Amino acid sequence: MERLNPHARADRYGSRINRTQSPIRVGSVPYLSIMLASLLPVLLIADVMPLLPSLGFLMLLGWRMVRPGLLPLWAGAPLGAFDDLFSGQPFGSAMLLWSLALIGIELIEARFPWRGFWQDWFTAGLVAVLVWLAGLLLSGARFTPEMLVVALPQALLAVLLYPIMARMVASLDRFRLARARRIG
Amino acid sequence: MAPPSSRRSGFSKKAQFSLFTGYLLAGTGAVVGLALLLLSLWQPSAFAPLRGLASDAVAPAGEATAVIRSGQQGLFSGITGYIRAGSQNAALREEVELARIRLAEAEAVKAENRRLKALLGLQDKAIKPVAIARLVGSSATSGRRFAFLGAGSSNGVRPGMPVLSERGVIGRVLETGRSSARVLLLTDSESVLPVRRAKGDVVAFAEGRGDGMLRVRLVNLGINPLKPGDLMVTSGAGGYYRPGLAVAVIAKTTPDGGTARLVAEPSSTNYVAVEPVYQPEAVSALRTQSAASRLAGNPDRRKQPAAPAAPTASSSSAVSAAAEQGDE
Repeated sequence: MERLNPHARADRYGSRINRTQSPIRVGSVPYLSIMLASLLPVLLIADVMPLLPSLGFLMLLGWRMVRPGLLPLWAGAPLGAFDDLFSGQPFGSAMLLWSLALIGIELIEARFPWRGFWQDWFTAGLVAVLVWLAGLLLSGARFTPEMLVVALPQALLAVLLYPIMARMVASLDRFRLARARRIG
Repeated sequence: MAPPSSRRSGFSKKAQFSLFTGYLLAGTGAVVGLALLLLSLWQPSAFAPLRGLASDAVAPAGEATAVIRSGQQGLFSGITGYIRAGSQNAALREEVELARIRLAEAEAVKAENRRLKALLGLQDKAIKPVAIARLVGSSATSGRRFAFLGAGSSNGVRPGMPVLSERGVIGRVLETGRSSARVLLLTDSESVLPVRRAKGDVVAFAEGRGDGMLRVRLVNLGINPLKPGDLMVTSGAGGYYRPGLAVAVIAKTTPDGGTARLVAEPSSTNYVAVEPVYQPEAVSALRTQSAASRLAGNPDRRKQPAAPAAPTASSSSAVSAAAEQGDE
């Protein structure tokens, strides 16, 4: 059989014989990817204006939208606390906003269960913009009109980045579920 | 994607309870977050040790990217140098620019010296930087403008110390970890810096606007003497910065001062120096005074002269007061 078709006994997650998923990978990839996305923007030097939207939150939204039910409802609090350590926002702001965002999405989803890609994008964009605005208001500094103006590209980027994030989450999900462990 | 049907609880008591517990935990997380947020808005330094640990952990990665960043800058300036008139051109241009800033600073120092000699004859001591380090990162996703520095309390860096590049002031150390520190950049909207014009004595405050420009507000209102192109330098009032460091160049004048561009952009610097607080006695006296006035519930007490326990502080505030008096 293998001589005719080498992929005969494999699917997109790898060989189906003698292999199984790695439980560590299955459990950790969503959390690690969100935490890494929280860390990455720290390495940029932004002296004039915010350069990127909160990548950690976009990654969280991606996992929530692409794989509903994978992250528990309370995942926003610990992941937000981690993000607060690096983002420059006062500690607790992402913890509060990410929790509220996840609860809000859950409530919306209970009413409108089936969603296609465009509706996903709309919901994610709306939530991202609301969280961006609330984060700006809760930044611990006086809110000036100039701050809002220079942060507007952030909101636009947040909306535009969602499809890319969703694709990234999909490929990460394939990596997460790959049959990496050999049995016996 | 459609939610899996396993998330509908139906009549299963177990599923209903687990759904309810999920909401309960998420709500608790939000409430705890709100409480921590209120605490950190009330006491911004409450979580400084935690953040210090976190930034210590990230600093090594930041060092690596800082090396790459400076390498890239070198590459780009080299390429532009070849395109124009050889790579020397770029270096010379930068040197001339630095020399121009230095010249303006020297003028400021000259004026300062004249004034001080006339007043007291204070002797100037050479200031050695506490640490020289790279900027390893910043808060690129937040509306606040913080930078992370690759040196911390183990290198002698303490909160309040000024951070300078070779061109001028970058900001002030806000919190320290063991091997990293958080710097409040001048462009942050909470940053206020007492400045004066390099030529002549116009005293003002430079406040960050949050969009990369500084708002310069004159202390003495009247006819605005500022002109676009004027260099503002630190005045030394407040005791944190030594006087005569380049801060910003006026870009546009407004009725009460002007808006100014930074002289030292953090993103284009390679190494920065952390200097000790210029007059620690003055800073600590100001701090105890404001704490006392807060305890007494009377903000006017801040205006009274310093306590006799800190004679240097009162003399320094007298100097700055005299400097402000001698503007006209």
